[in-house]
Order: sequence, then C-alpha cells, then structure tokens
Amino acid sequence: MSPFTSGFWNIWITALTLGGIVFCLFLLRMMSRRLPALDPNSATGHVWDGDLQELNHPLPRWWLIMFYLSIAFGLGYLSLFPGLGDWEGLLHWTSRGQYASEQAAAEATLNPVLQKYAAMDLLQVAQDPVAHEMGQRLFLNHCAQCHGSDGGGQRGFPNLRDQDWLYGGDPVVIEQTILNGRQGQMPAWGNVLGAQGVHEVVNYVRSLSGAAHDATLAAAGKTRFDMLCAACHGPEGKGNQAIGAPNLTDKTWLYGGSEQDITQTVTFGRHGQMPAHKERLGAGKVHLLAAYVYGLSH
Amino acid sequence: MSFTHERIETSIPWLVVLVLLVVSVGGLVEILPLFFQQSTTHALPGMKPYTALQVEGRDIYIREGCVGCHSQMIRPFRAETERYGHFSVAAESAWDHPLLWGSKRTGPDLARVGQRYSDDWHRAHLNNPRDVVPESNMPAYAFLADARLDGHDTPAKLRALRTVGVPYVDADIAGAAAAVAGKTEQDALIAYLQGLGIALQGVN
Repeated sequence: MSPFTSGFWNIWITALTLGGIVFCLFLLRMMSRRLPALDPNSATGHVWDGDLQELNHPLPRWWLIMFYLSIAFGLGYLSLFPGLGDWEGLLHWTSRGQYASEQAAAEATLNPVLQKYAAMDLLQVAQDPVAHEMGQRLFLNHCAQCHGSDGGGQRGFPNLRDQDWLYGGDPVVIEQTILNGRQGQMPAWGNVLGAQGVHEVVNYVRSLSGAAHDATLAAAGKTRFDMLCAACHGPEGKGNQAIGAPNLTDKTWLYGGSEQDITQTVTFGRHGQMPAHKERLGAGKVHLLAAYVYGLSH
Repeated sequence: MSFTHERIETSIPWLVVLVLLVVSVGGLVEILPLFFQQSTTHALPGMKPYTALQVEGRDIYIREGCVGCHSQMIRPFRAETERYGHFSVAAESAWDHPLLWGSKRTGPDLARVGQRYSDDWHRAHLNNPRDVVPESNMPAYAFLADARLDGHDTPAKLRALRTVGVPYVDADIAGAAAAVAGKTEQDALIAYLQGLGIALQGVN
C-alpha cells in the first residue's frame, strides 16, 4: 500500500528534495564560474560613512569544497535511507526494524536468564540475589505505584510485607494473582440493610477483632451478618482466600477499621482491582516478580 | 536583466518572494505530505472516538496543563517500551485535535496509562499523589472532585471535532450533554486517562 493517499505526494517530495539539491549545485556553479572574471579586490560599489566599502571577494575555496561535500553526503544519504517519497533506501532501514533488532538483541541476553529462573521453584528464585535485583526493578516500575516502593501498600492497596493475604500468600498463588489479576467485589448493602442495619452489622464486625463496639447493636448485627456476610467472610468472619474475602477478625483493614470506614464499606461496597500482567510482562518476568513479592514478607 | 545577487538584493519584492520560497521548502517537503499520509490520517481498526465524558476530561487535561509534565509519546526504544508498553504509532493520534504528545517528562509518559491502574487508584492519586506514591512531586488536584460539569458546551465540542474529521454520529452529539451532566471533573479526567492508548493494548 502506498504510504500516501495519492501517488502525487511521492513525486512532490522527490521533486522538491532533488530539485533543491540541483538548485544549490546550479547556484554554486554559477557563482564559481564568474570567479576568474572577478578582481579579488573589486568593490561592489556600496559605500557607507564615506569610506566603508563592500568588497566582492570570491567564495572561499574550503567553503565551496565543504558545500560540494555536503551535497554528495546528502545524495548518498537519500539513496541509502528512506527520504524520497516511498523509496525504501538501499539499506531498507525502518525505525520499526531498528527497534525490532534492538529488542531481539536484548531478548537474546535476557531470555536465557528468564528461562533459567522459570525452571526453578519460586522458593529457590526468592533466595537468588540476581533474581532479587531483577524482581525489584520490575516491582518498582510496575507495582510500586499502588503497593508502594517498599511494598507496604496504602489504604485500598494491600500491604505485601505482612502475613495477611487476601487471596493467599503461597508463592504459586502470588504468581497467579500477578498473571491474571484479581477483581475484589464487596457488594453495597446500604439499600438492603438500611442505616440501622448497617450500624448493627458494623458494630458486630468491630466486635470480631475486639475493637470498641456496642454489645447490644453487635448482637443484633450478628443475625444479619450470618444471613448476608457469612457467605463470603465465613460464619466466624475469618474470610475466604478462595474468593478474596478478607479476614475480619484481625487488625488489618484494607479500607480502614474505624466505625466510619467500615460503615462506608458496608453501605457502598468496595471494588478492588488488581490488573492482570500476563500480557504486559510475560510469564518469565512475572515469575521473578512473584518471587520478589514473596521475599518481601519472608 | 540577469539573475545576479545585485539584482535580488536591490529589489525588495524579489528578495521577499525568493526568501519565502526558500524557507518554505522544508515545510512543503516534511510537513505538508503528512496531511495526506495513510498512517497519520487513518485511525487503527477498532479504535473509538473519545466519549463525551472523555472529551471533557481531555479538556481538563489541557486546562490543567498536564501536558507540561507528561508526554504522550512512547518512542521506539527498548528503554521506553519496557517501562510504558508498545511504542506510539501515528494512527493512534489520528483523531486527536490538538495533539497532546508533549515533550517534557517531569512525570511519566501517559500514552498507555489506560487500564493500567484502577479508577480508585486514579481517584486517590489525583486527590493527593503522595497517598499512593510517597516519592511523587505531582501537585494534588483534589478540587477536581468537587467541580461538577453541566454538559452545556459538550455538544459543541463534539461538533467541532466532527468538523475536523472525528467520526461522531448525530446520536453521540445529541446524547453528549446528558452523558456529562452531573459528573465531576475528576470523573471526566479519569475516563480520559483510562482510554489512553488501549487500542494497541496487548500488541507487542
């Protein structure tokens, strides 16, 4: 397919480019042809301030030679590289091609290393200092924006340094999480429970981890919890790593553990998103990352 | 009347005409044909024009001067594609008026930031970047969450974009005001950011 909507533009570019070069040549030739006739000290006839004259010297030889050389360079460049319409150039150079070869050269170095680690167990990779450095660089580029440069997490983005895992802290599970991502879904219960219902459930949830709560409200909340919340968080509120339901009996709160925070969570729900990295990074790099993340807490 | 430099230097009209001719050659060869090139004028297959909300988001991106610190142009070097993803291609910008490629990277390139983070992340980050990236020196844009859009100008913006070649249909323009009204500027900006560079996602 022609790169242009009309073949005219190939001719336009070629004609103007070559025409410009031919014009420069013509101009140089014309100016140098007049050289012998010129007296080196002839004046142009321009006089300023009574005695300041403009002399008409010939073009310096070295300057002329440089100009001819740059024309020769230009023609050589245009024949080797794409510059004249859809002419590919004798070298068939493209920026895509250069990128592809750069990429291929880097992969030739990197792939054997990735393959070596891919064949190793994640626990072994986690012990390897080189893998640790590679994993750290990957982490800082791809994970640190949410989980923090030290993996300590932020409100809404899990801490990777502790022993508390939403989906499980087994190295293989971590690798799955990075490869395929996770979609955390806490439904909004505000409409179902009503303000009073939410209030009761929140007090019960706080009682699970021993936080300050109203015992009467908590007792009423337990019935509602068993009916609605236990399906995911379990009858004892210990959570379920198969579906990423958090343990409510510990001190770790992804979205905050104050009465206000939990009320917000129960009323409006939460939607956690861990993006999938299989396409973006490839399995080899994810393997290194999984080992690095596992290493953060071990 | 010969073609000599005395002749040109002493005639202002000739000097003006010839100087203009000489300085325009670069533009005529390197810029003008771009407007007739397939790769710069035809969008990628499957690419969709910005929604009404995204157009508003783009205008906030322009208004707040995001382009002063963030480029939207991944160059075809391995060092860039490792960090940001596939290099940018001209067709991705076929419907961008104006182009927001930028040339300054105080912050990271955003050409492929779409779908990279969750909406929640963007909200936390715009409200106070330090909440999620403690090392960040980006200003906080918390006020965007309080500013509501009324969608009054949105149909006109879409019509203007259609005039310069973005394929909006009448229904897009008719629904534009309703699609935007009541949303916050933050919603709009996030919608815009989440749509950046996703047409080439997964291509390596």
